[in-house]
Amino acid sequence: LPSSTAFNTHFQYRSVKQARSKNEEKRNLSLGGHVGFDSLPDQLVSKSVTQGFCFNILCVGETGIGKSTLMNTLFNTMFENEEASHYQNGVYLRPRTYDLQESNVHLKLTIVDTVGFGDQINKEDSYKPIVDYIDTQFENYLQEELKIKRSLFNYHDTRIHICLYFIAPTGHSLKSLDLVTMKKLDSKVNIIPIIAKADTISKSELHKFKIKIMSELVSNGVQIYQFPTDDEAVSEINASMNAHLPFAVVGSVEEVKVGNKTVRARQYPWGVVQVENESHCDFVKLREMLIRVNMEDLREQTHARHYELYRRCKLEEMGFKDTDPDSQPFSLQETYEAKRKEFLGDLQRKEEEMRQMFVNKVKETEAELKEKERELHDKFEQLKRMHQEEKRKVEEKRRDLEEEMNAFNRKKVAAETLSLSQPLKKDKDKKK
Amino acid sequence: INASTENAEKQYVGFATLPNQVHRKSVKKGFDFTLMVAGESGMGKSTLVNSLFLTDLYKDRKLLNAEERINQTVEIIKHTVDIEEKGVKLKLTIVDTPGFGDAVNNNECWKPITDYIDQQFEQYFRDESGLNRKNIQDNRVHCCLYFIPPFGHGLRPVDVEFMKALHEKVNIIPLIAKADCLTPNEIKKLKDRIREEIDKFGIKVYQFPECDSDEDEEFKQLDKELKECTPFAVIGSNTVVEARGQRVRGRLYPWGIVEVENQSHCDFVKLRNMLIRSHMHDLKDVTCDVHYENYRAQCIQEMTSKLAQDNRMESPIPILPLSTPDVDTEKLIKMKDEELKRMQEMLNKMQQQMHEKDQ
Repeated sequence: LPSSTAFNTHFQYRSVKQARSKNEEKRNLSLGGHVGFDSLPDQLVSKSVTQGFCFNILCVGETGIGKSTLMNTLFNTMFENEEASHYQNGVYLRPRTYDLQESNVHLKLTIVDTVGFGDQINKEDSYKPIVDYIDTQFENYLQEELKIKRSLFNYHDTRIHICLYFIAPTGHSLKSLDLVTMKKLDSKVNIIPIIAKADTISKSELHKFKIKIMSELVSNGVQIYQFPTDDEAVSEINASMNAHLPFAVVGSVEEVKVGNKTVRARQYPWGVVQVENESHCDFVKLREMLIRVNMEDLREQTHARHYELYRRCKLEEMGFKDTDPDSQPFSLQETYEAKRKEFLGDLQRKEEEMRQMFVNKVKETEAELKEKERELHDKFEQLKRMHQEEKRKVEEKRRDLEEEMNAFNRKKVAAETLSLSQPLKKDKDKKK
Repeated sequence: INASTENAEKQYVGFATLPNQVHRKSVKKGFDFTLMVAGESGMGKSTLVNSLFLTDLYKDRKLLNAEERINQTVEIIKHTVDIEEKGVKLKLTIVDTPGFGDAVNNNECWKPITDYIDQQFEQYFRDESGLNRKNIQDNRVHCCLYFIPPFGHGLRPVDVEFMKALHEKVNIIPLIAKADCLTPNEIKKLKDRIREEIDKFGIKVYQFPECDSDEDEEFKQLDKELKECTPFAVIGSNTVVEARGQRVRGRLYPWGIVEVENQSHCDFVKLRNMLIRSHMHDLKDVTCDVHYENYRAQCIQEMTSKLAQDNRMESPIPILPLSTPDVDTEKLIKMKDEELKRMQEMLNKMQQQMHEKDQ
């Protein structure tokens, strides 16, 4: 039978635990002939080849440190890439998905780049977008897993399987930003630290540098990915590779003629650094470990360890437990009912609040409107009174005027009658 | 022939020996130079200084861990050495700035550096204005080598901010550090990019003075090459290796040997020649004549504006008093003003009269 790890990816860990706890008695039987179940691994393999594989790499490192070039070199292809600027306001993650094929194996590869990392003057928040991205991929998977109608076999798994952390080749030690960031990431993702642009460090300096980096990681409790040594087939090579961490890599897509071969290399006035020459750099080791030997283990660890941790924390946050106060396993049904009641109760309360608020508002507005109405009414009354007052005054004046006119007319008539009776005297008097 | 030499001797005054006298006196007096190095940890600053002055200034130095550097503040550390060559004595001071750019939050991490430079200016200003000026010590920073990492695509925000904070206080010479990680093409691209960005951001780096027009062509050509080569891409080394049958300062790799003094490998020789062999004195001159004078003028302006506000305070240093007129003088000025006005009016009247007469 193949190693248990291969099978477990297809069973829920939880159900396996339950089966073991029942303390079944197992007996070993010997077979009388060839049954044929030794073909199971092949069946598994052919199924997974048909399904296709999916692998997601996160590259964390400062702008210009060689992330894109290394990816191109690792996968022997030119992924599209524009040169990033140093003047981003913050860090943002740029995922790109590619479909690759080698013999009959399909690989859906996603490379996530950290743009702007290390460029800001204040880098206290630089790790946050990275952690958020990783959590979001976990969350998306969790959501799919919790769905009623789910299609996990069809689901495009975007969870990060490996984080390559690019360390600048200063030759002294880690940068403070490196330490802070790796501490935030080590419980969420498999980290492989690598020394970038390693063709600037001489052999003796490199040895000291690697030791210093590893001791700083250990003394600060940073958990990096260990190549697994439990599988005999690969335990020896993995163990020896573990001792070479962090890998000192050089990337190049340019080819240089060395002897009678053309190899990927960097040409300097003083010599040619060959990417695939193991005495020049650890590129071959990285490729071997990352792609050719442990890719599947990385996917497994991501699912079985990092994702499970995320899921457990998230569900605990939401209030779920595996056992109730009496240590009996909780029925999901009961928990769900309880949560639902609580939620509905909450909703009702909120509705009440809003209704109350609405009623209050309506009352207020009504009162305001009434007040305004009254004011208008008063004004109208006032105007009416003023108007009447004026009218009365005008009437009086008119009557006065009429009286005056009458009086005047009477006088006029009286004067005329007088002048008619004594016209000459009056005139003569007048002339005098 | 005898007659002409006799004539020549009669006409010869002798002040052509002045340069020799200057030379002799300066050798006797000795020289001093203060060089500041700035840049992130791990850029090879100490190694370069050791390579430049062919000595080891940094024995027993302690480097901090990443954890210790998370909240590190910038320190200023001075190393002073007396070195001598062919009878010429040089008091060399190297000002180190450990911690620059190493913390997670590097806001204003250049402040301790600008403060230090200002302090040296202030101290010199006081000394210069003092009564006894016999033994003034000049601690002013004459040059700042700024190390730009070769791993990026050009200047980073911290590089721009640092240089802008210092370019009016000290001669900045930007360098591309650890240049053995770049191929010749990459070096050219990076240099072009950095020069472009220096222009774009208005950073005033140290400019080599123009050649005199009467220098010979070879010198002019060298000078031109030097200017086009900036910023210098440098490599330093603390170790001596065997290359092409000689023992040279270099770095040993599995794929080859980088020679620090090989001009086709890096610009170390150009930097050394410029910094030490030809432009050391010009760097000092520019510091004294430009940066220090700017500081002094600014200082005095601030002081006098404060004095004008507060009449009781006396100037702590002897400076030519700016006219702050007292009461009597003001009265006088007023009187004279009025007189002037009157005379102006009279003049106007007379002009008018004349004008009318003409008509």
